[in-house]
Order: sequence, then structure tokens, then C-alpha cells
Amino acid sequence: MPRTVRLGTGAGFSADRLDPALDLVEQGALDVIVFECIGERTLAFGHRDRMADPRAGYNALLERRMRAVLPACVAHGTRLVTNMGVANPRGAAEHTAGVARELGLKGLKIAALEGDDVHHLIGPDTPLPEAQTVVGEIGRPLVGANAYLGADALLSALEDGADVLITGRVADPSLFLAPLRQAFGWAEDDWSALGAGTMVGHLMECAAQVTGGYFADPGYKDVPDLAYVGFPIAEVGVDGSAVITKLASAGGLVSEQTVKEQLLYEVHDPAAYVTPDVVADFSGAQIAEEGPDRVRIGGASGRPRPDQLKVTVAFDGGFLAEAGISYAGPGAKARAGLAAAIVEERMKHLHGLNAPLRLDLVGVDALHASAVGYPSDSQDVRLRTALRAGSREQAELLLWEVESLLCCGPAGGGGYRGQITPSVITHSAYLDREQVATRITMIET
Amino acid sequence: MTTVPLREIAHARAGDKGDISSIGVFVRDPRHYPAVKRQLTPERLKASFGSLFKGPVRRYAIDHLCALNFVLEQALGGGVNESLNLDSHGKSWSFLLLALPIELEG
Repeated sequence: MPRTVRLGTGAGFSADRLDPALDLVEQGALDVIVFECIGERTLAFGHRDRMADPRAGYNALLERRMRAVLPACVAHGTRLVTNMGVANPRGAAEHTAGVARELGLKGLKIAALEGDDVHHLIGPDTPLPEAQTVVGEIGRPLVGANAYLGADALLSALEDGADVLITGRVADPSLFLAPLRQAFGWAEDDWSALGAGTMVGHLMECAAQVTGGYFADPGYKDVPDLAYVGFPIAEVGVDGSAVITKLASAGGLVSEQTVKEQLLYEVHDPAAYVTPDVVADFSGAQIAEEGPDRVRIGGASGRPRPDQLKVTVAFDGGFLAEAGISYAGPGAKARAGLAAAIVEERMKHLHGLNAPLRLDLVGVDALHASAVGYPSDSQDVRLRTALRAGSREQAELLLWEVESLLCCGPAGGGGYRGQITPSVITHSAYLDREQVATRITMIET
Repeated sequence: MTTVPLREIAHARAGDKGDISSIGVFVRDPRHYPAVKRQLTPERLKASFGSLFKGPVRRYAIDHLCALNFVLEQALGGGVNESLNLDSHGKSWSFLLLALPIELEG
């Protein structure tokens, strides 16, 4: 058994940077690198892509990422674990095998984990407890349903020597917990170790968010060389305590402050962080700087895991329409305000819109508009409009109305832009874990 | 008695899950933590930003880390997939809190 396992994060979201991941594999002496790339939206769109083309449905950056990091992974003996399979893990594994063969990497074992796709277990009567309704009452087409798998589903592939393991939906911390369980032999009911490993995974899963990203506030929280912020490394011990650090050559910062902020990120009750593996307890967490960019963490514990797995059920959400036009110089705020009033009048009364219409004055009153009013005499103001539409035609109407302000609206309006984004709506369902069968497919190049 | 914006003595980070926003607040100097804990209450957040934070507000304290974690239901305009706010994740909500005044002894 190793004394420590060195984990690195290669991505913290679907569109994350590639250069810090490559630096980590080349210089981090890592045992495992984890690319976490799924959000609720990305998963639903993965299903949509796969419906259009059965070979599609995985992360769009898969090939670029694999081409860049696989040679270094092989050279340094670093395993790669990722949920870049999104809605098609087997397709992603086959694509990765093709890339590996092109790169001349022979004997590479690439595993795909399937079984998170549970749409066949979801019917009109499936309860959606938080929404206090059932699937059939939502009144929208079902796009997909995925269970959050735990570390146990990844274990056999790692034990069978997978060099690359590609999954669909897995709870984010479980992607990190699985290689720790495999290396240290933690039992599936060693709640204390699983809680500690889950805390490590939770701190690592958003990549740069623990190394100075999503943190800098000039003059208050300064971060060196943020343009080249590095991704994190965790040096994990057999008890699940760890040091969070980064490459000395990389930009960014690992401090008590960055670690504290990430510890509670998207956590509700810190004493009950629920994953498929364990109910982790971070309330006794210990966080201490032990050197430059080195923070020691420990003190997490855990209680038995839930009997059910959480399932994200995605429905077609129509379209988000957004359009904007800018005004600058004297009277900019009044002209933008007049433009807003015109759009509201015409959408509601000429076109009969009865859905919510959002009208922001960017530079005056936008993100925090419904919470506070900031005093502003800005002379550079952008009208930003948004609505949710059932059809693309309805969405296009908003863009048309805002664009027409160029000739028909207030003086000096410029910089029109509009975009229409397909949308999904998600709800949570719960399935007994015995209902969810997983399987591993191994490809050897 | 001096009054300072929370940002002078604490830092914060916001996250989202569905229509629930969570905001961690971390007091830099342990000597300021009791004052923040006494004044930065769920009731104050509801009173200050009730038009945005529409549902119940819960608060969890981790005293030894000088940390308060707020969980705000119905605070994201329906959540990232339904919100019309430009900031559909509520990433900027942390700075709403950091602007609140805190009274310090002495």
C-alpha cells in the first residue's frame, strides 16, 4: 500500500482550461489526474446530441484533451479518471482508443463505465419529491435521466488496471474517492475514511477554485499570476488527511482562505454532505497552512451512505432568448430606460407576451437589480433583455424587437447583439440503489 | 463603536444547487467573529434582500473556522435553467452580503 497518493485535477468544469492540466501531468508526479466535466445542462445536451447522432453525446473537448495529455500520462504512469463520457461513455472510450492508437500508445487500457443512464426506470408516475409532483405532471418532453453513481461503480475498473476510466454521471467527489479507495483498500463501510476522502474530492473537484480562481478581489484578496493559475494537487494519506498544493511554477495561491471558501462551496449542512458513498461531515474540518501554497486538511468524518441514489431528470425547457443594445454619453441612462419601456410595451401589448420579461440596465442595475438599488450616474449603459420561450419563433421575436431599436428607438443606440440558447429544466428523483445496474467495458489499444 | 462593511473583515463565496443559493462567509480575525455571528443573521438577510431571497434562510456556523454558511431557498429565480438574471448561478450574491455594515466594539 502506498503511503501517499498524489491526485491532481485536470478540469473542474466542461469548458475548463487545458494548459494547467498538461503542466500538472508533466510536472506533478501524479498517480491520478481527474477531469470533472459534467453539469446538469451539459448532461442534458449530451443526451440531445446522442439522439441526433448515436456516436455523439460526450464532451466536445475530449479529443483535444486526450491528445494533449495521454502521452504525458503514459510517460509518468499517471492514471486518468474522467466523466467526459457525459451521455455516451462507451463512445468516448472508443474515440479515446482511436486517439491513443494514432499517438502510438500500445497496450493502453481504456475503460468505460455505463449504467448511470436510467431513463428506462423513469415513468409518468415517478415522484419528484422536491417539486412535489410526478414526472408526467411536468408537461414537457423528457430529455434524459441520470443517476449519480458512487466510487463503488468505478472500483473494479481501477482494480483491473484501467489506465483511463471514462464515466457518465458520477458524484463529483466520488471521481476522486474511487482511486483513493482502490489505493488504500478502504472498505465500503469505513465511513470515517470515506468522509475524509470525500472532503479531499470536494476540495479538488472545481480545479482552480481552490488555487486562487473565483477568489481574487484586488486590494482585499490578491492572487499572484492569476492569468496562469495552476490546478490543484492533493497529497493524500492513508487516513484521508491531505495536503492541498499546486506546482511551484504555476500561478495562483493555495491558502487557508482559498481552502475554506471551497470547503463550503455548494455545501448546505456542513455536517451532512450527502454523496452516494457516505454522508460526510465537514463540521470538524481542520485547515492549516504548513508552508507556501501548502495547506494541510483533515478532521472530516462520515456516517452511513443513503439507501437511494439521486437521479437528475431533465426535461425540454424551450429556449432562452437574450438581446441587448447600448447607449453611451450624456443621457445614456434615460435613453436606455426609454428603450426598455418600448420593448416592454411592444412585447406585451403588440405581441401579447404573457411570460416574464427581464429588462436590465447593465452599468446601472442588472445582476443585483431585484435585491438592491445602487446609486449610479453611469454614462455607458446597456439594455439587456431576456425571456424564456416555448418555441424558437417566439424567442426570435425578442431579438427582432431589440434589433429594430437601431432605427426605431432612442438616439445613439448601437452594439445590438442577440442570442438564443436551447434550455433544459431539471428535477431530482430517487431510485433504490439495487435498481441501478452498472457495467464496465475495457478496450486495450 | 465603529461600523465597517463586512468586506473589510471577511470574505465570502457563493454557490448554487437548483433554486438554492449557498453563501459561505469567513471572518479573517477571530476577534471579529462574535460580532459578525451576532449581526449577520438569517433574519437580517431576509430583511435586507427579501425581494431576491424569497424562501427560508438557514445558517450553519463552524465556529473554529470562523465560518458561517447561509442556505437560501428560492433565491435564484427558479435556478440556473429557469432564471432570467444575467447571473443565473447567483455567483455575485456573495458581494451583496459583503456590502452589509457590521458594528465593531471599540
